[in-house]
Amino acid sequence: MTASVTDRIPLDPLRPSRWSAPLGWASLVLVGATVGLGLALPRSKEQAEYSRLIAIHPPAAWASYFGVGLAAACSVLYLVRRNPTFDRANAASAEVAAVFTAITLATGSIWGRPTWGVWWQWDPRLTTEALLMAFLLGAVALRRALAPGRGRAVISAVFSLTTLGLLPIVHFSVTWWRSLHQVGTLAAPAPAENADGSFIFAMLLGFVAFTLVSVWLVLWRSRLEALEEGAEDELLAVALVDRRAEATGVRS
Amino acid sequence: MWGDAALVAGKDLRIEMRSKVGVNQVVPFAFVVLVLFAFALDPDRGVLDRAAPGLFWVAVLLTSLLAIQRSFALEAVDGSRDGLRLSGLDPAGIFLGKALAVAVQLLVLEALLLLGVAFLYGTALRGFGVLVLTCVLATAGLAGAGTVYGVMAAGLRVRETLLPLLVLPVLAPVLLAATRAFEAALAGTPRAATGWLGLLGCFVALYTFVGVFGFGTLLEEA
Repeated sequence: MTASVTDRIPLDPLRPSRWSAPLGWASLVLVGATVGLGLALPRSKEQAEYSRLIAIHPPAAWASYFGVGLAAACSVLYLVRRNPTFDRANAASAEVAAVFTAITLATGSIWGRPTWGVWWQWDPRLTTEALLMAFLLGAVALRRALAPGRGRAVISAVFSLTTLGLLPIVHFSVTWWRSLHQVGTLAAPAPAENADGSFIFAMLLGFVAFTLVSVWLVLWRSRLEALEEGAEDELLAVALVDRRAEATGVRS
Repeated sequence: MWGDAALVAGKDLRIEMRSKVGVNQVVPFAFVVLVLFAFALDPDRGVLDRAAPGLFWVAVLLTSLLAIQRSFALEAVDGSRDGLRLSGLDPAGIFLGKALAVAVQLLVLEALLLLGVAFLYGTALRGFGVLVLTCVLATAGLAGAGTVYGVMAAGLRVRETLLPLLVLPVLAPVLLAATRAFEAALAGTPRAATGWLGLLGCFVALYTFVGVFGFGTLLEEA
């Protein structure tokens, strides 16, 4: 295969990408701003303090979608290009998506207790998001169980692609079935009637901040994955030298 | 492709006929699950009858895990997997054959379990057209998706513990749709099952597509 753009993607496995430092700072500033703005939001009449969760909960849910989408995109690229960088990015994205799915479920539960009166409800949105969590935990477990190599990369890629099929179900569950969970804040005909402008702004800022954090985490997790693979190769090489020395009686 | 599928399915079913693992272990296991539900849910309060569709499909789901494990355990010994890879059979045919063999076993099991549910839980069976259609579609879904994920976990030492984690969330829609369709049939309102049967049909189409086009890659490189 000829060298292509994808082979020169700035993801040198043994060096942090030159994008990671600026990305890290940008995400830190934006997350700080989101948290600050979230805390500065006025108390709403209906939900008192809890309405401030809008700065965190929808963005975390978006980041879980984003991670799953990124994993699927990397999987397609891997299956087409067979470049290990995409395999690592796929694994990293699935893990990051799992973290944000957990945050979504946790913050949703914290929000549900005061507003719905229960920590958990067997509602379509909650149930499908929990199912997504199960898929992502499965992806992580599957990857840990397989030996590094092409086989693991292909299996991870196919698994990530099947997880993608769940996304539309999670997202549209609130419109397809009668649900306790409200429909998307911005999907409403007139968002301004649903939530005040400052709330919407905090949420949008959260979307940007959590997206940047996801990309930053994926960059570093990919690099860690590459280092792990390198370490495994090295240990294998050392073990081979040792066995050879045992057999021949010559220590190198 | 169809010839190869028949060949592989015939091989798997012949092994099952001769080893009798299905008859001696899998069917009794499903029966034990049915009895355990009766212990857990007080049989005298009519809970069993009301929950019968769900309990039936949970029992089928748990048993299908065994059938899928077994289907790939057959290929794990004596390098059968390499034999399969080198056999020159169409990978899509291998997928369809393995799924077909699992499906045939599950259909026989479901027929027995239905009798068990009618006998043990006192459920009056009716709406047979919908019941049969649900069984056929749900079984195709279980076998197809199970075979796709089964081959992913096939070569691993941890496959017994990993496969349920991978497959059960995937099969959750089948459990949901098949249970609702059964409820509709048993309640005497078979029309209410149409949407759920459609969902089952979509699931079958999706995993047959994934299996037919992806099985070669998975078998070759895993």
